[in-house]
Amino acid sequence: MKPRALSERHLGWLLCAPAVAAMLLVTAWPILYACWLSLFHYDLRFPEQRAFVGLANYLSVLGSGIWWQSLLNTLIVTAGSVTVELVLGLALALVMHRAVFGRRSVRAAILVPYGIITVVAALAWKFAFDPTTGFVNALLGLEQPWLTDRWSAFFVIILTEIWKTTPFMALLLLAGLTLVPGDLLLAARVDGANALQRFTRITLPLMKPAILVALLFRTLDAFRIFDTVYVQTRGAHATESVSIVGYNTLITRLNLGLGSAVSVLVFMGVLIIALVFIKGFGVSMTRGDEG
Amino acid sequence: MTATGMKQNTMERVFLSCGVVIVVIYALFPVVWILSLSLKRSADLNDNRLFPGTISLEHYRAIFADIQFPAALWNSLGIASIATSLAVLLAMFAAYAIVRLRFPGKRWILGGALSIAMFPPIAIIGPLFNVWRSVGLFDTWPGLILPYMSFTLPLAIWTLTAFFREIPWDLDRAARVDGATAFQAFRHVMAPLAAPGVFTTAILVFIFAWNDFLLATALTSTNNARTVPAAIAFFTGSSRFELPTGSIAAASVVVTLPIVVMVLVFQRRIVAGLTAGAVKG
Repeated sequence: MKPRALSERHLGWLLCAPAVAAMLLVTAWPILYACWLSLFHYDLRFPEQRAFVGLANYLSVLGSGIWWQSLLNTLIVTAGSVTVELVLGLALALVMHRAVFGRRSVRAAILVPYGIITVVAALAWKFAFDPTTGFVNALLGLEQPWLTDRWSAFFVIILTEIWKTTPFMALLLLAGLTLVPGDLLLAARVDGANALQRFTRITLPLMKPAILVALLFRTLDAFRIFDTVYVQTRGAHATESVSIVGYNTLITRLNLGLGSAVSVLVFMGVLIIALVFIKGFGVSMTRGDEG
Repeated sequence: MTATGMKQNTMERVFLSCGVVIVVIYALFPVVWILSLSLKRSADLNDNRLFPGTISLEHYRAIFADIQFPAALWNSLGIASIATSLAVLLAMFAAYAIVRLRFPGKRWILGGALSIAMFPPIAIIGPLFNVWRSVGLFDTWPGLILPYMSFTLPLAIWTLTAFFREIPWDLDRAARVDGATAFQAFRHVMAPLAAPGVFTTAILVFIFAWNDFLLATALTSTNNARTVPAAIAFFTGSSRFELPTGSIAAASVVVTLPIVVMVLVFQRRIVAGLTAGAVKG
């Protein structure tokens, strides 16, 4: 190898080293440490009782109703929010793509939910549905205690998620939409295809990669849901998500061993979702990075 | 330009205009609601009305008279700004190397960064909580800056890499040929070209750090380092008989307005940044 190429290679590694080190320090190392901790009986309130217990923590997590309930809850929220977001996001992307006037206002407006702190959004919706402070019951003529009943609480949680993250979905889909060649749509129109046919036969198939990437990002994001649930119900009334269970075990009950087992299981859940998308649907996100 | 040569008929135009109006209402509605809640008098908080009957600034006065909220605001600003500067700086080095230099392992760095972007923060708060307490980082600024920097690095690297690919790097050589010194070429040619991408990345990273709740609640316990999202979620009323609804609403408005203004001013760049990494990547 020429010395010049060699020095370029060294400089490349040197420039990337700080970023790589920082990322590994706060992700790879802690997850390995969490795996290690999950093999111990380790309660911070009784640190002297720390003892190696093998897979016992996993057995007790997987043997508890709370874990499976929270996993089901998380999947309900994930499926509910991501499905509606996809449909709404597509509609929004189409409006942004086709609107002649008002494009700027739409784009600016939909960035507002994106920029707002999740906790604030969750509180705003919580207050809106609250029977004492809110206007929703008065508006609908109901007396529904929204956040103290499991399914209506899910409704509010999912609504909050949808409101907050549809813009992100819409922007990713819009980027995919702009890649659909206009000539192709025009040709189809000349050949007599109606709007619906043009959308389902041309636009959707061409947007498939963008849709899958957006779905993957949002599914993983929704699976990690914490802020909204914590603020709106604190996980009460059987609305706990897996992240809430992990947080309560680790930080509230200070049970590092058991909590780490939950953490590792959540991590594996994320891994499985990503693998399903990448292997199952053939999502490719590293296209063209040879640049 | 996006009508792509197709004429829009009247019906479609009406339809799209309605769409525009609906979208704007959809996006702004909760913001208007929390704003109106924050302007209600304490006595009117439970009147179940969408808009305040009488406007009052009492909740704003209350949150700034207390020490908790100003402290949280200061923590949030400081921590998010420092984490943003560090993340963007490190990401600039990495993105420059990835775009401009030939070395093996690029794919691994980009792929690894992407998998870290999907990482569940809940998986690491146990270890960080444990270690931060023993090394004295618990409830301190660096204790939050460090994880924020690392968690935003993937976003920063991907966005900057996408932007840096678009830069005509040969202009640097051209400027040097024309007699500019290396520094002049950097200062007057390359820096202005790179600035928009760097700036956009900084906005996105800042929004991420400003928004985080999970790490902020797990790794802080007092006004020392507790950031705004955590502080708002744990607000208590001034007496045990009073719910903190008004204070929460006022604090929410205070932290939301700057972001809304920023988003409105820099909307074009934010959109470019958000989509650059993800789809064209």
